[in-house]
Amino acid sequence: MAYDWLKGIEEHYDIVVIGSGLGGLTSANVLAKCGHKVLLLEHHYQLGGLATWFTRKGGHIFDISLHGFPIGMIKSIRKYWSQDIAQSIVQLKGVRFINPQFSMDTTFDREDFTRQLVEKFKVPAETVERFFTDLRGMNFYDNNPETTGQMFERYFPGRSDVQRLLMEPIAYANGSTLADPAITFGIVFSNFMSKGVYTFQGGSDVLIRKMTTELKRNGVEIRKHVNVEKILTATESGTKQVVGVVANGRTIRCRAVLSNANIKNTVLRLAGEENFTAQFVAEAKAVRVNSSSCQVYLGIRKGETLPHIGDLVFTSDEPTFSSEKLVDLHTTSRTFSMYYPDTRPGLDRYTVVVSINARYADWNNLSPAGYAEEKQRLIDESITALERYIPDVRSKIDWQEAATPRTIEYYTRHWAGTSFGTKFEGLKVSMDLPSQLRGLYHAGSVGIIMSGWLGTINYGVIVSNQIDKFLVAQKRAPEATPPIV
Amino acid sequence: MTKEDCQKLVIDIISDIAPDEDLSAIKPEIRLRDQLQLDSMDFLDIVMELRKRHGIEVPEADYSHLASLESCAEYLTPKFPTKA
Ligand SMILES: Cc1cc2nc3c(=O)[nH]c(=O)nc-3n(C[C@H](O)[C@H](O)[C@H](O)COP(=O)(O)OP(=O)(O)OC[C@H]3O[C@@H](n4cnc5c(N)ncnc54)[C@H](O)[C@@H]3O)c2cc1C
Repeated sequence: MAYDWLKGIEEHYDIVVIGSGLGGLTSANVLAKCGHKVLLLEHHYQLGGLATWFTRKGGHIFDISLHGFPIGMIKSIRKYWSQDIAQSIVQLKGVRFINPQFSMDTTFDREDFTRQLVEKFKVPAETVERFFTDLRGMNFYDNNPETTGQMFERYFPGRSDVQRLLMEPIAYANGSTLADPAITFGIVFSNFMSKGVYTFQGGSDVLIRKMTTELKRNGVEIRKHVNVEKILTATESGTKQVVGVVANGRTIRCRAVLSNANIKNTVLRLAGEENFTAQFVAEAKAVRVNSSSCQVYLGIRKGETLPHIGDLVFTSDEPTFSSEKLVDLHTTSRTFSMYYPDTRPGLDRYTVVVSINARYADWNNLSPAGYAEEKQRLIDESITALERYIPDVRSKIDWQEAATPRTIEYYTRHWAGTSFGTKFEGLKVSMDLPSQLRGLYHAGSVGIIMSGWLGTINYGVIVSNQIDKFLVAQKRAPEATPPIV
Repeated sequence: MTKEDCQKLVIDIISDIAPDEDLSAIKPEIRLRDQLQLDSMDFLDIVMELRKRHGIEVPEADYSHLASLESCAEYLTPKFPTKA
C-alpha cells in the first residue's frame, strides 16, 4: 500500500488550508496565532507554491519567483511572520532596461524615475509629479473604468518610450496589459516606486524553511503530497456550508476551508458548480486568468564568475512595447534575473534565470517532439541574447533547462497554468465566496492587485481576519459545536 | 473600564504593530494616520488584535471609529465587558 501522507492527523480542524503558496502559508500562520486549529495541505512535495526553488547537479539552486518585490514586504513579513525573517530582506539596486527605444540603469524608485523622466525623457517635471501623486491616490473601490493604456495617453500622449518604461516591468511582474484597469497598474506600480525593488537574501529555500519552522512553532499541522480533491458541504438549518474536504481519498472534517488554489479551480473544481447559484457560477466562469510564463535556468560552473551587469535586466528587441508581443511564442522580450554570490552568501555561486511571459494555449497544443524543440529553442535564444552582455557566458554554463506554462500547471494545478492569478474581476468572485458558501474562503493571487509576493501575503491576512471572525463567532455559539466528536 | 484605560489598551496594540513608532506624544484628538505611519493593513491588525485580546468585534462599517485615540475610546469603551 502507498505511504499514508495523512497518517496521524486528527478527525476535525477549525480550518483546512488548501495549498501552501505565500497566501496559504501566511493565512495558516495568522490563524494559528489567533488560536485556531489549522491543517495545511499541499499536493507538491515542497511548500511555497510559486515562491519556490529547485536544485540541480553541479550545486545549482534556481529560484523561480525571487526576482523582486516592493519594500512593503519588510513590514508584512515582520508583522505576519517574524522580525528574524524580515531582517534578510535587502534592496536590489541594479535595475536595467535595454531595448531599441532606450537603455537605462535605475534604482526603480520614485526619486530616480522622476530624475530620469525629466532629464533623459524630457517630460515636464510637473507632469511626472502629478502622475506619481495621482497614482498614489488611487483606490480599488473607485470604480474608474479607465484602462492603463488610456491613462498613459492622458499623461504621456504619444510617448511610447515612456509608456514602455512604465509598463514593461509591471507586465513582467504580474502579467497585466495596457487593457487592464488603470487602478491595477496604479497600486502595483506605486508599491514598487515607494522605495525600489527588494529581495530575500539567502534564497527562496531559506525563506520557506524559516516560514515552516514558524508554522510548526505556532501549531500548524502541515502535510505535503496531499491533493485536495473535493470540498464537502452540507445543508444545516437551511444554509449550505462547508463541513470538510476529501484529500488523498480521505474525509477530513472542519468548520471552514481556505483555498489557496486558483479561484476558478476553487469554485468550479474543488467546490463544484452544484454549490452555487447559477449567477455566481457564470461570474466565476467569466473570470479571465492572466498569462503564464516560461523560464530558462542557466547554472554557471563552480569556480566561474560573471561580471555585474545588473540584478534585473529587462531586454527586448521589439521596436515598441506591445502587450501582445510580450506573450508571443517567439517574443524577444526577456528579463534576466542575475543571481550573484550575494543571493546566498557563503555559496559563492552564480545563476541566471530568464523569465519570458507566455500564453498557455501556445504551449499546451504542441506535440511531444514539438514541445521539446520549442523548449530547446527558448534555451538557445536566451543564451544568445545573454552573450550580447556577457560574450563568454556560454562556456561557463554547465546546466541549462527550461520551464513552460505546462510546468507551472503541473506543479501548482492552476487554471490554464496561470502564473499571475486572474484579471481584476477575479477579486470580486474571491471576496464574494463566503457569502455564497458559508465557511469557504479564498486567498491567493487574484485580481492583479492581490498578486505577487506582497499582494498574496497581504490578501492572506485580509481573508484571515474574516475567517477568524467567523471561527470566533462559531466557537462562541453553543449550538454550533462541532458535529464530530 | 475608563476611556483612559481604553486608550492605553489601544496604544499597547499599536506599539506591537508598529514597534518603531514613538507613541509617547500621540495626540488623542488627531487622526492616528496623520501622526503615525499606519496603513490600511495596520488598521486591520488593530481589528484582529481587539478580537484576540479583548473579544471585541469591530464590523467593517465601523472601521472609521478607529481613526483617532479619542474616537477609539468613545467607540470601544462601552464594548468592554463591565467587571464587578
Ligand atoms: C515565473 C514567475 C515569476 C514571478 N516573479 C515574482 C517576483 O519576482 N516577485 C513577486 O512578488 N512575485 C512574483 N511572481 C508571482 C508570485 O510568485 C505569486 O503571485 C505568488 O507566489 C502566488 O502565491 P499564492 O498564494 O497565490 O499561491 P501559489 O504560489 O500559486 O500556490 C498555490 C499552492 O496551492 C497548491 N494547490 C493548488 N491546488 C491544490 C489542491 N487541490 N490540493 C493541494 N494543494 C493545492 C499548489 O500546489 C501551490 O503550492 C512570479 C510568478 C511566476 C510564475
